[in-house]
Amino acid sequence: MGRFIVRRLGSMAIVLVAISILTFLIFQAIPNGDPAVRIAGRHADPATIRDVRKTWGFDKPIYVQYVKTMGKIFDGSVISYTQSLNVEDEIKRDFPVTLSLALGAGLLWLFMGIVFGVISALFAGRWTDRALTVLSLIGISTPVFVIAALMLYFLAFKWSIFPNGDYVKLTDDPVQWANHLIMPWTALSLLFIGFYSRVLRSNILDTINEDYVRTARAKGLTERRVIVRHVVRNSLIPIISLWGLDFAAIIGGGAIITEKAFNLPGVGAFAANSIGQLDVPPVLVVTMFGAFFVVLLQTVVDVLYALLDPRIRLTA
Amino acid sequence: MSAETTAETGTEFSTGPGLEPRAAEGEAPPGIGPYRLAARRLRRNKVALAFGALFVLIVILCMLAPVYSHDIAHTGPNSEHVTDQVRVNGKLKDVIAGTGKNIGTPINPTWFSAHGRFVLGADDNGRDNAVRLLYGGRNSLEIGGVATLITMILAILLGTMAGFFRGFADGVISRILDVIWAYPAVLLGIALGTALALGGVNLGLFKLHGNSLMVPAVIIGIVYIPYVAKPIRGQVLSLREKEFVDAARVQGFGSFRIIFSEILPNLASTILVFIPLILANAILLEAGLSYLGAGVQDPNPSWGTMISDSLPRLTSSPHLVFAPSIMLVLCVLGINVFGDGVRDALDPRAKVRLEH
Repeated sequence: MGRFIVRRLGSMAIVLVAISILTFLIFQAIPNGDPAVRIAGRHADPATIRDVRKTWGFDKPIYVQYVKTMGKIFDGSVISYTQSLNVEDEIKRDFPVTLSLALGAGLLWLFMGIVFGVISALFAGRWTDRALTVLSLIGISTPVFVIAALMLYFLAFKWSIFPNGDYVKLTDDPVQWANHLIMPWTALSLLFIGFYSRVLRSNILDTINEDYVRTARAKGLTERRVIVRHVVRNSLIPIISLWGLDFAAIIGGGAIITEKAFNLPGVGAFAANSIGQLDVPPVLVVTMFGAFFVVLLQTVVDVLYALLDPRIRLTA
Repeated sequence: MSAETTAETGTEFSTGPGLEPRAAEGEAPPGIGPYRLAARRLRRNKVALAFGALFVLIVILCMLAPVYSHDIAHTGPNSEHVTDQVRVNGKLKDVIAGTGKNIGTPINPTWFSAHGRFVLGADDNGRDNAVRLLYGGRNSLEIGGVATLITMILAILLGTMAGFFRGFADGVISRILDVIWAYPAVLLGIALGTALALGGVNLGLFKLHGNSLMVPAVIIGIVYIPYVAKPIRGQVLSLREKEFVDAARVQGFGSFRIIFSEILPNLASTILVFIPLILANAILLEAGLSYLGAGVQDPNPSWGTMISDSLPRLTSSPHLVFAPSIMLVLCVLGINVFGDGVRDALDPRAKVRLEH
């Protein structure tokens, strides 16, 4: 186990370094993307641009720039090109928004996914199951921004039930915080509810034919107990691990579209705006941040799996 | 809940693994091939067929965009009619209102009262919404199709090489796949999209202009590679240990002959299952990237760009947002339901799924 974790941490580091190099290169490859010109301003004279290039180190070879930038990421002193603000401070400011969005949506899709998945499996083939299957396929096929547009048009504009986007801090007003987040939570969850209920449904239908379920029935347990204790419990393990990975992706800025559609100033929206301004440092940091969560949660999930199921042997 | 209930379910709408009517296999005459059997199961799944037909219908409509544009709407997808007027029920109307309290508002859907012009209204630039809807669909479908092709070809190549040759090749390929996989998909998409939209690509033989439709297609094609390559690698790892591969090897077959004649035919059903899954997701990702401004570039239409361009008009002209939304959802839903049916027909117990 210890060896596995060490090897996994090693490959995690390699993946993260590769991702950072890739991100750096993507932005280096842009023609007309000279950061010195962007910092100096649109009508700067050549002397100013040369000055900026010197002070920011853009005249150095690209690998020197890369190493310097990465060093700054680790001591938390990365400055964005366009706003000259500390990137890590910006992320700290935006993170609560993303976390609020991810936590609410994550709990909602996990709960609803389990409820719909169990109902669907227990009534497999009947109309309840078919209706839920159709609903989940619609959920999977509808992009977040379409759901957002529908909600903003009907729920916010036409019927004025919920506020039209924006974010209120939890510490300022908890009721308004939830009120502003209900639509984003729902919009972000629908896709996952569709996925999770279908995965759980097929897991349950597979588990139901296992020998230990027959044994449980044979020894006279009530049907309710068999389903809850033996079938659903065992079918939930893959769902929980999926949840870990999806949650990590959302926390790491994966909810860009939701944040943009509902005008939430989260980490994803910050990254999207920075990309639009060709501002490398914030994009680099957010990407590393997101990839870090994804890779970390993947490792945690693998280790948990091995702890839960002794048949799995860990090989890196 | 028992095995009997599961066996009797899903005769016409079987959607999940483990729900295939077992009786179907019993009825099949001995010696029928697996693909004939799958086709027979698929034919019985009327819902999947209906949604498949819906998708084909959308494809045909979008491919006919030039005909509609030329013969019915009499305007192109990018022609602007800001100062033009159109005759609706005999009365002249501004395409973009020039006076009154609605000044600047584009014309609402004329349906069939303007001889096919502005059937679904116009957008802010006075462009015919229906024409753009069809051309946009054509672009979205083309990008989705090319992206799926790129993903499938590269994923099959990488997955088979990694699984078959193992060792060093596997190590390198698996690490590359890990990097693409861990890179936040939408972030990778918009970073590449913004970079390429500004500069295009020029790698000697491989040249792309910045606003070419192939830019988002290539990006999306790359993003989905690991989701297909990883399962294929796993399958090849187990296939290469099978007796028929040993048999081929003792007969003196070389690696490439074994891959082409022994391994690839056994991957066919996995590949078939992945195609609709990737196609649906590629179309969705294209729409998402275009929504964020990193996909199809102006003035080219696509469903995603049309939605995002029209958002400021959501309250005054909601049809501009909802028309492309409906087309997008119907198209993806058609692929998803049909793909689901294909999966059930090919392998009732398969558990293929696209994580994201």
